[in-house]
Amino acid sequence: MGSRAVWMFRGLEGLFAVYKPPGVHWKLIRDGIETNLLKGLNSAPPLEPRKQIAFLPEIREGSDGSTELTLTATRLPILANHPLVTGPQFKKLHVGVGHRLDAFSSGVLVLGVGQGNKMLADLCNSQTTRDYTVEGEFGLATEDFSHTGRLVERTTYDHITQDDLERVLGMIQGSNQKALITYSNIDLSSQQAYELAVKGSLYPHGKSPPILTGLRCLSFKPPYFTLEMQCVNETQRVLRRVVHEVGLELRSTAVCTGVRRTRDGPFSLQAALTHKHWSFPEITEAIRQSQFSWRKRTPKEPQPQNKNTEKVRMKRKGAAGQD
Amino acid sequence: MDPKGKKRKMAEHDDRVYYNGFISGVCVRLGQSRAVRRYSDLVGEEQGPTPGDSEENRLIPNPALTELPFPNLPASQEGLDGAPPLSPFEEICDEEALQIVALPPLPPSAPSLRDYVDQSETLSTLVHLGVDLSKLQARRGVGSLLLRLGLKDLQDRLLFLRDLGLQEPQLGPLLTHNPFILTETLHNLRARVLYLQSKRFRLEDVGSMVSRAPYLLSFSVQRLDNRLGFYQRLLQLSPHKTRDIVTRLPRLLCGSLEPVKENLKVCELELGFRPNEIQHIVTTIPKLLTANKKRLTETFNYVHNTMGISHALIVKFPSSLLCIRERHLFLRYLGKAQYDPALPGYLPLDRLVSLPDREFCCQLASASLQDFELFQKTL
Repeated sequence: MGSRAVWMFRGLEGLFAVYKPPGVHWKLIRDGIETNLLKGLNSAPPLEPRKQIAFLPEIREGSDGSTELTLTATRLPILANHPLVTGPQFKKLHVGVGHRLDAFSSGVLVLGVGQGNKMLADLCNSQTTRDYTVEGEFGLATEDFSHTGRLVERTTYDHITQDDLERVLGMIQGSNQKALITYSNIDLSSQQAYELAVKGSLYPHGKSPPILTGLRCLSFKPPYFTLEMQCVNETQRVLRRVVHEVGLELRSTAVCTGVRRTRDGPFSLQAALTHKHWSFPEITEAIRQSQFSWRKRTPKEPQPQNKNTEKVRMKRKGAAGQD
Repeated sequence: MDPKGKKRKMAEHDDRVYYNGFISGVCVRLGQSRAVRRYSDLVGEEQGPTPGDSEENRLIPNPALTELPFPNLPASQEGLDGAPPLSPFEEICDEEALQIVALPPLPPSAPSLRDYVDQSETLSTLVHLGVDLSKLQARRGVGSLLLRLGLKDLQDRLLFLRDLGLQEPQLGPLLTHNPFILTETLHNLRARVLYLQSKRFRLEDVGSMVSRAPYLLSFSVQRLDNRLGFYQRLLQLSPHKTRDIVTRLPRLLCGSLEPVKENLKVCELELGFRPNEIQHIVTTIPKLLTANKKRLTETFNYVHNTMGISHALIVKFPSSLLCIRERHLFLRYLGKAQYDPALPGYLPLDRLVSLPDREFCCQLASASLQDFELFQKTL
């Protein structure tokens, strides 16, 4: 199995990010990329065909008129191993998708190939947040909080000022901060909690509801406004609901006109491939780049976090012992 | 017990390739004298003279080996025309004995064509042509069809296709798509080509149509006539224009007609085009007839209602009904989205659609390709 295709496949195992356009389901993108990669892999030159030994009989006229029979041993290629007969070498490729994006939203979507799927699981378990840019519009309310849904209500929005909006955003962020401390399983009155909070590296421990770890207003031009969020364990629907709630808090209503993910863990917008670039060589290059940056990144990060979790566990054990 | 399981079993059963003993394509090459004996014999001979020296390497046949017992003979030899049935007691000389090829018997049924490829002249010819046997054997009944096919039949069909002007690299994909063309009689095939020629399609056009729509020649003359008539009647086109759209998009003749009817109704009732406008659009872009109905209405909705392009302008540039969303948004972002020919800064819609990305960026948007890509990441 030393063929060139296998060698190419080894170089393909890893993570890369694509830019998902709005209005497309992520499954369609995954399937399209799988087909592209399979096409690239199978177009690699096949192994040299296996030969079989055949004996070709030959009849030669001897010098004295007698015939002489000889057999010549030759090697003939076996057609049974031709790629057109056996089918392509790679028929299926394991392409996994990181944190999903629904059809309405767009942005960075992380995909993993082959062994990269294990790294994908690591990425999900690592304590990273995701950045979103969410666009909203005041004055409307729909059933599914997006501007394409069925219209429920129209409201006025003249009374809203940027100060109002920022006050409401601060309030929402406060309540989320509180939830973050609750779910990070750390004693609020400890020194450790203080240090983590100062560094901004508090992270929910285990399962948690969606939490916004950061929220700010990027632009405010009534009726349009843009928010930037950092979140954990979110879905895009939750983000649209946040926009809806912002509208309600401001004594108006708001719908979400676009959700765009600008960062997923270490994958930023710069590294994401737009749909013209979803070809085999470009994906291979992107995977190589990401592996390079991953290797540079990994030795630094996990140490403090591991310590923290250990401490927490020890503390819990101690508590259990006292009980 | 359950009907589902039964069905699956039957399907599995059907997928197998059957070999009935009589395969004219399986050709034991007597003339070309290729002899493979059993493995034990090979091993015995390999031990004799060391391989490597060229002239001395000629192996002298051992009479005990060449006069192999008859049960080793494949059953297929009996089916070969011209080969007289051999009796086990007949005396044969060395030369004759050498001609006898003791191939391992072909399996009566096999999961794939792999087991037959090396011994069937037809299949190996197909592989050399570039026909994907692995795809064909997945289709029901096609494996057995190919095995039953004679070399002569294959040659006739290939020569016929060559006469239509098809080049060798086109034949492989064509036969991969439609292997049933090999089972049609030559008389039928000729009649269909003659029919198309009588409708004043040129022969090279017929060839290119066949290569783009491989099932074209599997349709009977009656059916082809019906379908050509359908397009001519439905669109009220002149014979010349019908010929034109069919030549440009031959899959119109092979596909289902129902979606075409639906698309025309959608154009007329939902999108509000007049019949003569539809005629013009269809003759410019026949692809719209087979487009997805939902997609078509969505694109029209975007072009007409969001971009604000009138019906008249769409009719003038029907290619605007293909996807142009990203480019329009980019131009709008740059403040250059102006498609009205009466106003300054006019950009023709057809160029907007048809130009490749690089030319679009430098000619219409006067921006760099990187800018366009960065913009795509903000959508």
